[in-house]
Amino acid sequence: MAILEVHHIEKHFGATRVLEDISFDLEQGQALAIIGSSGSGKTTLLRCLNFLEKPDKGTISVASNLIFDAADPATQRESEVRKKRLHFGLVFQSFNLFPQYTALKNVTLARELLAQEQPDFKENKKKILEEIQADGRDLLAKMGLSERAGHYPSQLSGGQQQRVAIARALALHPDILCFDEPTSALDPELTGEVLRVIRELAEQRTTMIIVTHEMAFARDVADQVIFMDGGVIVEQGDARQVIEHPREERTRQFLARYAEG
Amino acid sequence: MDALSVVVGALNTGFLATLKLFLVTLVGALPLGLVVAFGSMNRWAPFAGLAHRYLRRRDRKPGSIARLLIAFMPIRLVCRLLVWVIRGTPLMLQLLIIFYIPGYVLEGGSPWPSGETGRFLAAAAAFIINYACYFSVIYRGGIEGVPVGQQEAGQVLGMTKAQIFRHVTLLQMVKRIVPPMSNEIITLVKDTSIARIISFQEVIWAGYAFLKGSHGYSGLVWPLFFTGIYFLVFNGLLTILFGWVERKLSYFQ
Repeated sequence: MAILEVHHIEKHFGATRVLEDISFDLEQGQALAIIGSSGSGKTTLLRCLNFLEKPDKGTISVASNLIFDAADPATQRESEVRKKRLHFGLVFQSFNLFPQYTALKNVTLARELLAQEQPDFKENKKKILEEIQADGRDLLAKMGLSERAGHYPSQLSGGQQQRVAIARALALHPDILCFDEPTSALDPELTGEVLRVIRELAEQRTTMIIVTHEMAFARDVADQVIFMDGGVIVEQGDARQVIEHPREERTRQFLARYAEG
Repeated sequence: MDALSVVVGALNTGFLATLKLFLVTLVGALPLGLVVAFGSMNRWAPFAGLAHRYLRRRDRKPGSIARLLIAFMPIRLVCRLLVWVIRGTPLMLQLLIIFYIPGYVLEGGSPWPSGETGRFLAAAAAFIINYACYFSVIYRGGIEGVPVGQQEAGQVLGMTKAQIFRHVTLLQMVKRIVPPMSNEIITLVKDTSIARIISFQEVIWAGYAFLKGSHGYSGLVWPLFFTGIYFLVFNGLLTILFGWVERKLSYFQ
């Protein structure tokens, strides 16, 4: 069953149409890669899913629950949007770690704030916070960053920062983890460590959407690929098939430009 | 009693009044400035949705009237106008208007209590409004200087707007505004002497009194120079304090 169903999303910035009739499904445990040149609308699509942009048309459903309908303002109330965002995690291109907090605090902060809303928070405060801390340390360990838990972002390399950002997004156990060009801001020698972590997540059947320019990575790690151009989906299908044997001329041209390097 | 202890006693009393005005202004203007800052960044545009919907239904590009309606943000406009007027006119003029004009135009006469209390309250009101406007611009720079990605990171982690401000933006803003704030606050210490224009008895008023005649002395020149020492020492202490705050916040970038 599809965990995510996106139907007929359309988005304008002023008079410019940046997304047009975007529809796709994503199965639980699958990884979807979105490829396409700059300005094709990939990032805007990801931002729509995370409620950082509001689509002008279309619907978004998670586990068959309609969580957004552009035609129904009742699905767009700020108080509810906040909770709905928790279905999704987002890892930014530029990490956006909180500079004033240690790596561990970056991972635990949002959960600590959410925990305050639990009715039993006051009674079990100590236990709850200890649990969150322990989970945060576990996540950092999974990212290979146990030693760095007490470091501030400015003391970490770009690759380490991005791995902290992935741990931060995982801390809230999102249904769908989104990556917005997770390696584009990194020096080439640092992309490997981040891609390795994402590959491990894919092997553990984490449901993911990855906007990326790493074609080989998309082919090997993703189950599905969507190729976007000019705000529309030009081609979608099995990752290996789309990247190795594209059906559409535009996809072919795009991939050929990448092959030339 | 010798002249020195008489003068120091009078100047201490005066400087206490200076300090009182300084502290009350800070306590009032620091939070009020934040309110004005949020107001001048407010993007509430009551007619924008209507205009956009109309244009989309008719499939038309916005004309000049539509563009005006879309850009009309009343809260932002009022706050920016206030900042423009208050920053654009002398503090001394504002002080004179706040202290004297109500007595002429209000039916019940001046609302300020008589004597030094009234002068202090009027001065505090003028200073708080004036400095809140200056602080608001510094706050705005500090808040807008925090990358938008920080707020977005908070949003996607399910934080409320208030939580994002308190736990994400605030400390980064404070770090950014410490240098310009220290400038402005040191200026405030010296600006308190402007309250002398409505005969508020601050330290320079006290020093000048010995020149014209007070406590049985007249033509004493040095007490006026002596008032400068008070300012120098106090601003020196503030400089040390701000340096300490800056160092405290240097652990992150």
